[in-house]
Amino acid sequence: MIEVRNLTKKYGDKLAVNNISFKVEKGEILGFLGPNGAGKSTTMNMLTGYISSTSGDVLIDGVDILEDPKKAKANIGYLPEIPPLYVDMTVEAYLGFVYDMKKCKLPRKAHLKDVCNLCRIEDVRGRLIKNLSKGYRQRVGLAQALINNPPVLILDEPTVGLDPNQIIEIRTLIKKLGKRHTVILSSHILPEIQAVCDRIIIINKGTVAADGTADEIAKNITNKHKMTLRIEGPTHTADDKRLITEKIRVMDGVKYVRADMEREKGIYDYDVETDGKTDVRRALNKLCADNGWNILMLQLSDLTLEDIFLKITMDEGLDKSDDKDGKSKSKSKPKIEIKTTASGKLKAVQEDDEEEDSIIGGDEDEETSEAGTEENNGGEE
Amino acid sequence: MLAIYRREIGAFFTSGVAYVFLAVFWLVSGIFFYNGVITSGFADTSSLFSSMFYVVMFLIPVLTMKLLSEEKKNKTDQGLLTAPISLWDIVLGKYFAALTLFVIAESIIFVYAFVINYLGDVVWPTLIGNYFATLFLGAAFIAVGLFISSLTENQMASAVVSLVVIFVIYLSEMLVSNFENGNIFKKVIFRIVSSIAFYSRYIEFTKGVFSLPGVVFFISTASCSTSSP
Repeated sequence: MIEVRNLTKKYGDKLAVNNISFKVEKGEILGFLGPNGAGKSTTMNMLTGYISSTSGDVLIDGVDILEDPKKAKANIGYLPEIPPLYVDMTVEAYLGFVYDMKKCKLPRKAHLKDVCNLCRIEDVRGRLIKNLSKGYRQRVGLAQALINNPPVLILDEPTVGLDPNQIIEIRTLIKKLGKRHTVILSSHILPEIQAVCDRIIIINKGTVAADGTADEIAKNITNKHKMTLRIEGPTHTADDKRLITEKIRVMDGVKYVRADMEREKGIYDYDVETDGKTDVRRALNKLCADNGWNILMLQLSDLTLEDIFLKITMDEGLDKSDDKDGKSKSKSKPKIEIKTTASGKLKAVQEDDEEEDSIIGGDEDEETSEAGTEENNGGEE
Repeated sequence: MLAIYRREIGAFFTSGVAYVFLAVFWLVSGIFFYNGVITSGFADTSSLFSSMFYVVMFLIPVLTMKLLSEEKKNKTDQGLLTAPISLWDIVLGKYFAALTLFVIAESIIFVYAFVINYLGDVVWPTLIGNYFATLFLGAAFIAVGLFISSLTENQMASAVVSLVVIFVIYLSEMLVSNFENGNIFKKVIFRIVSSIAFYSRYIEFTKGVFSLPGVVFFISTASCSTSSP
């Protein structure tokens, strides 16, 4: 339905979109994910023919958008980042204008009513757009895109500015629309993409960093398995923590262990990554039993979309992150945590995994671990 | 094109620009009419029309300033440019909307003709000639204003630049008026400038001479300017 081939856009010397290619099949909901400034909106503007590309082709239903713009555009409904609303018109008049402009052949009254019902703007039809709230404006924008029932819908951050209820409504609506339309939507809100889209394209710095379903991307990005353990040691001190991480680390199949925050007094969470081939759960259980430790929790956690997103956008691409193994992983997720300092005051600490003393992941540098010790000791008092 | 045209006419009236434009146009031309025709006691309207040149010159930028710049500023151009219509539809829709308003304003002349009819004989050839002269003049100015409006997001900048450009085109003829008898270089400049100047062609019309080159000139100016954005 949509085919993009080697799409590139340059603004002067700045490369906004670099050689993007992908295909969207009919009836698919595709999510564009990427940090701000990654080139999502630029790509969408090229897909809809608002701006021209420096090179590359965009085919909408087999029609090149630059060669036969009228025909290609007739197949697209577009909701830009800022809905193109004439604020001095009423909703009714505005939608009528769009209906005329798109030369819609569907029965006028019934079609406009359908669209209004679908977007739930029936009750504001007579009001001036400038008096509407952001959420309603967004919905009028969506209604505008739906007029003439275009087979392709391109929505640029459709849920921005909506309240949680409306977000859920719009997501349900998009899912519903996905049955009849081909939808591309962009967002930097991860759960949204995960909830709505069949397929995800992660764009970073103008290039496609990953393409596939959330599961596929997760598989490509890592074949390791992650689990979280909560273990109670005998002495309830930091010595426990050190000992336990040491011992788990030397187990067969374990690639990486990290002691996470203190959950209860003297009880820590441990993030364990395995090589994905060995199931270490039973061995772990035996290890704990032999040493007299108590396992309070064992949870397998596959990479969430958020992990993937952070990993890709902060590690600059797939290949590198695979090479660097666990070490790059530790960089990918800075955390803000509230810690108690020695003087008893609470303090928000941005915790990089590298600064933790308990990392036992291959070759850690010594100096950073020292700084980490101080911080962690503080946490225990 | 029709959809854009209708929306633009509607916008003129909802934003109030139309009322200001019509009121000022009718007021000022009314003053000229009173001074030039009623008090002087001549049924000849040519003095009225030569004054009208200035009214048109100052008021057209008001009409055209927001046509495209506002769309850019509010990002509504995204809606237009991604709709299945051509650039021509957008530009011509807006152009004809402005032109329609101008024609409505200008047609006050027939009210004046009605008044003159009571006081004496209307000189129809002069009046009709002048009517079309002003029409073509306005059409050309609107095109220039529309073009300048497409260059900026700022309405004020658009209005001021349009006014300046129109004014410079008007003044250019006076600047070079004594070049006519100079050396070849000066003569060439005079030829070029006077061939793109508006005023003398307009005056030609106001004298009741309906010259074909004049018509072609104004229409081509209008189409050149509208096709540029």
